Amino acid sequence: MGTALDIKIKRANKVYHCGEVLSGVVVITSKDTVQHQGISLTMEGAVNLQLSAKSVGMFEAFYNSVKPIQIINSTLEMVKPGKLPSGKTEIPFEFPLLVKGNKVLYETYHGVFVNIQYTLRCDMRRSLLAKDLTKACEFIVHSQPQKGKLMPSPVDFTITPETLQNVKERALLPKFLIRGHLNSTNCIVTQPLMGELVVENAEAAIKSIELQLVRVETCGCAEGYARDATEIQNIQIADGDVCRGLPIPVYMVFPRLFTCPTLETTNFKVEFEVNIVVLLHDDHLITENFPLKLCRM
Amino acid sequence: MALHARIRNYTTEFESCRLEAVSLEFGDYHPLKPITVTESKTKKMSRKGSTSSTSSSSSSSVMDPLSSVLDGTDPLSLFAATADPVTAADSTRKKRDKEDHLAVGSDFEPWSSKRGEILARYTTTEKLSIVSKVTTPGSAVSEKVRTRLEELDDLEEGSQKELLNLTQQDYINRIEELNQSLKDAWSSDQKVKALKIVIQCSKLLSDTTVIQFYPSKFVLITDILDTFGKLVYERILSMCVDSRVSLPDNFTPESINDTAKETCLNWFFKIASIRELIPRFYVEAAILKCNKFLSKTGISECLPRLTSMIRGIGDPLVAVCARAYLCRVGMEVAPHLKESLNKNFFDFLLTFKQIHGDTVQNQLVVQCVEIPLYLTLYSPAIDWILQCIAYRAPEGLLTEMMERCKKLGNNALLLNSVMSAFRAEFIAARSMDFIAMIKECDESGFPKHLLFRSLGLNLALADPPESDRLQILNEAWKVITKLKNPQDYINCAEVWVEYTCRHFTKREVNTVLADVIKHMTPDRAFEEAYPQLQSIIQKVITYFHDFSILFSVEKFLPFLDMFQKECVRVEVCKCIMEAFIKHQQESTKDPVILNALLHVCKTMHDSVNALTLEDEKRMLAALINGFIKMVSFGRDFEQQLSFYVEARSMFCNLEPVLVQLIHSVNQLAMETRKVMKGNHSRKTAAFVRACVAFCFITIPSLSSIFARLNLYLHSGQVALANQCLSQADAFFKAAVSLVPEVPKMINIDGKMRPSETFLLEFLCNFFSTLLIVPDHPEQGVLFLVRGLLNVIQDYTWEENCDDKIRIYTNVLHLLSAMTQETYIYHVDKVDSNDTLYGGDSKFLAEINKVCETVITQILDHLKTLGKDEALKRQSQLALYFFNTILAHGDLRNNKLNQLSVNLWNLAQKHGFADTKTMVKTLEYIKKRSKQPEMSHFAELALRLPLQSRT
Repeated sequence: MGTALDIKIKRANKVYHCGEVLSGVVVITSKDTVQHQGISLTMEGAVNLQLSAKSVGMFEAFYNSVKPIQIINSTLEMVKPGKLPSGKTEIPFEFPLLVKGNKVLYETYHGVFVNIQYTLRCDMRRSLLAKDLTKACEFIVHSQPQKGKLMPSPVDFTITPETLQNVKERALLPKFLIRGHLNSTNCIVTQPLMGELVVENAEAAIKSIELQLVRVETCGCAEGYARDATEIQNIQIADGDVCRGLPIPVYMVFPRLFTCPTLETTNFKVEFEVNIVVLLHDDHLITENFPLKLCRM
Repeated sequence: MALHARIRNYTTEFESCRLEAVSLEFGDYHPLKPITVTESKTKKMSRKGSTSSTSSSSSSSVMDPLSSVLDGTDPLSLFAATADPVTAADSTRKKRDKEDHLAVGSDFEPWSSKRGEILARYTTTEKLSIVSKVTTPGSAVSEKVRTRLEELDDLEEGSQKELLNLTQQDYINRIEELNQSLKDAWSSDQKVKALKIVIQCSKLLSDTTVIQFYPSKFVLITDILDTFGKLVYERILSMCVDSRVSLPDNFTPESINDTAKETCLNWFFKIASIRELIPRFYVEAAILKCNKFLSKTGISECLPRLTSMIRGIGDPLVAVCARAYLCRVGMEVAPHLKESLNKNFFDFLLTFKQIHGDTVQNQLVVQCVEIPLYLTLYSPAIDWILQCIAYRAPEGLLTEMMERCKKLGNNALLLNSVMSAFRAEFIAARSMDFIAMIKECDESGFPKHLLFRSLGLNLALADPPESDRLQILNEAWKVITKLKNPQDYINCAEVWVEYTCRHFTKREVNTVLADVIKHMTPDRAFEEAYPQLQSIIQKVITYFHDFSILFSVEKFLPFLDMFQKECVRVEVCKCIMEAFIKHQQESTKDPVILNALLHVCKTMHDSVNALTLEDEKRMLAALINGFIKMVSFGRDFEQQLSFYVEARSMFCNLEPVLVQLIHSVNQLAMETRKVMKGNHSRKTAAFVRACVAFCFITIPSLSSIFARLNLYLHSGQVALANQCLSQADAFFKAAVSLVPEVPKMINIDGKMRPSETFLLEFLCNFFSTLLIVPDHPEQGVLFLVRGLLNVIQDYTWEENCDDKIRIYTNVLHLLSAMTQETYIYHVDKVDSNDTLYGGDSKFLAEINKVCETVITQILDHLKTLGKDEALKRQSQLALYFFNTILAHGDLRNNKLNQLSVNLWNLAQKHGFADTKTMVKTLEYIKKRSKQPEMSHFAELALRLPLQSRT
């Protein structure tokens, strides 16, 4: 197979903060000596925005995707053209994570219409006879913890047929009363969303109660802006006809990479919401929505 | 050539040969002494020794050395037990306490022992189905977490295949397949696939169709989860072992490297994103132990969270099983965290009302399951939870639990679980309360007989207060006796018999047995209940060691009559006999016992047929022999003999029993002789003759030829000792005439072996006896010896074998002993040939004639060997013969002297003689020559050259 190129980042979880030094080694393994025209290492960070077909139409969505916003980009010449000995060669590197000007290192986020991603790419240029070798590797940026204390903002909620909007025939609804609370809608990304829910009574049997985590991504551009809500994950907290009057825990871990602290910039916004979805046995679907504010402490 | 026998003075020879008298001490060590002898056994041994000194072949019955090792302390476990304090001494006391606290002790009944029971109990004949996804290989597994998560979603909503109409066995196989593919996926590094399989499996637990199978399904699937949990834990643990330094058992999270932590965290994040509640719960619970890698408090935080998570499970049965699983994992990982256990139980009590809710009831109607059956499905899970709670719990907690259960309308299901999970002592102390509660229980719900059974099980283990005992029995039996279904009845009765036996006398036991008979006889209900009935018998026997009491329980024998299937019947008989042999300390003549046990033994004996295995026969015979040995009518010898006669007619199919009987009768004869101090009266003489006659007619019915030979010889000796000369002659004649029938090969322990060594041994023994047998006045001199010699002559000996010549040489020993003036030993009150003939020259001439014939035979044989080039054998035989002459011959006789020199030379002629032996022999001769009247040995020594090795 010849020569293999690999990047090993020092931290096992690959998480770095602004101002820290990203360090690691580039590992080259080969049976023979390797002739090359230089090895370079590139660090890139960018926000990719995508307009959804729903908000701007198919045509524009295809052509009019917004240009990526570059956050960080720097290249490092690691080795001058020459030869590497056979066997395993490790070349250590260090990249200070610093931004130029007024740019901000946004936290890594994998979404649908907004993607914030950081990569390290190692290129080995070689003579015409051999193909250039490239290896890319993602690393993760966490934004700096917020200063100050997070104010908890508990919410109590009660769901009855009367509190529902968007009902076609209210008279056909079975009677029910569901009470509960969320400990806070201001959440720390690393801590689970917690709360409680009590089915006080319900005429119809309950099929399932779920927590739906939703991202709301807004992209602004010359033509206006697009705002889209999509599901990140759906966590069932009750299965079947649960016992009446018994508090059921509301508990959801925020998935890594797919959530980040709520972000608001001039060009785009990333926000999160949670829906409590109650599914009744006669296929009635009851949803209660709570906007969340995520941060990192 | 004649053998001129050396004149021997046995008395002086004894004097000179006797070693310095040293009193033997059978104290501390003897190589042949059994290594473990407990007190009770030594007692038994000594008794046996006194009664049956003559029997050696059948002594194995009373004490089986193997079983006696087993029922004593097992040396290994003994060792383990003693080893423990040693290790404890090493570590500090404090540390040990801590370990006690952190680990579950051996007194905790592990899950593994429950699982088989559950699998066997909850079965179904209905069709089952599995909804599973066809695992599509490939799909380009990218490293990105994102795709992985998508795959997880895919698994849940994606293409699913339903396997319908599986039988229970198919279903179990299918789950086993999943278990296997989990291991395969893991070992081929497909961790995501492994996780998928586990999620698949745990999803099956949310399906409650065919609800009667659910507990078994739970067992099967949690097995897979356990496997998974172990795999994950070990994988992460292996990542921590960097430089081949393995982690200590109680490692701290700080000592874990980042990669391992990250991997562990990854698992938890992945699991947290599982969509459905039940799989998410089970998979997280399965890897609960992995929390140890992340933080010290991880497990103690997780357990309460998982506990409350179960509240989301709507179906009460699914929820309670989930709780049982959590408790099981919790006990394994962190047994000190008791709060979650309690919390689980209290949560269960809170949701208890759901069982009678509409959702559950509708489901039962659809599945056609009755409420009592449905409720029993809860038992394994609740039992387990309560067992976890009750383990080393303070009394107060148990009382509180009980109160809580009571508050819930005295529910039978809970009551049953409380009884099966809590300490027996706790239950026993409150038996009356429990009985009251059981009575109050609702009839329509949980089956009541199960409650009584559970209570009975507790009472078998622990004693209730003295004052309540009778009342408890009365109350319980009042209910039990009303049970209509024989199976329900017998299951209950079986348990309560133990309580009755434990605390009451034969009167109560008799009543109980009578009641059981009454219930089980109609419609031959006992046919379905043999295991339970057998267990009842066993319990009764365990508690009643005194067989005279046992057999005076009127209903005991009628109870035995219920075992009508022969194999069961024999099993029960065996049990009884084993108990008898084990517990009966003194021999007995109690007619009740004898009658009953003869009946029992007869049953065992009658079960023997052509198809019975050898081992089985041996076992039965050993048991019957044990019984026979225990029967003694004291001084009433005639009664004893008639018992033996009766026994013979009863047990004629078991040879070892007949052998034992012959030995016993012989012993009886000797006993009589002892009582009469050797002087038989007319009456005792007749009795002894009767004994001898018994043996004489019994022996021919044996098939084993050596048994017959030895018994003839033995009985002949006994007859001789009792002055029954003609009878003794008859025995010996019979033995002589039997010798030609000895086959070349005999079967020993299933293998065919040549019989010659046995024959040789027997014949030597026989010759020694023949020395003292007086000649019959009407037969010629040495009638028996001649007869035996003729038989030996005619016997077809193995070719290339010198046994015949060895025997001839041995005959020379006999003959030279016969020529002595006074024989070396005598039988009291029997005149042997020495007294009869008084050294008459005619008699001596007769002996010499025989000698000549024998010596000629020997020399001829030596010659033939020389011709056949069998030189080694020739050398050996020559030396053997030489030694005989040396020991018994008068070497002052020139001819004999010359013969011995010739033999000596022959032995050495071809270089086959063992130099060492020759040197030793020569030394012996020289030594002897120094003794008085042995000076001619010195000359002899000079004539015996030693051949140096060439």
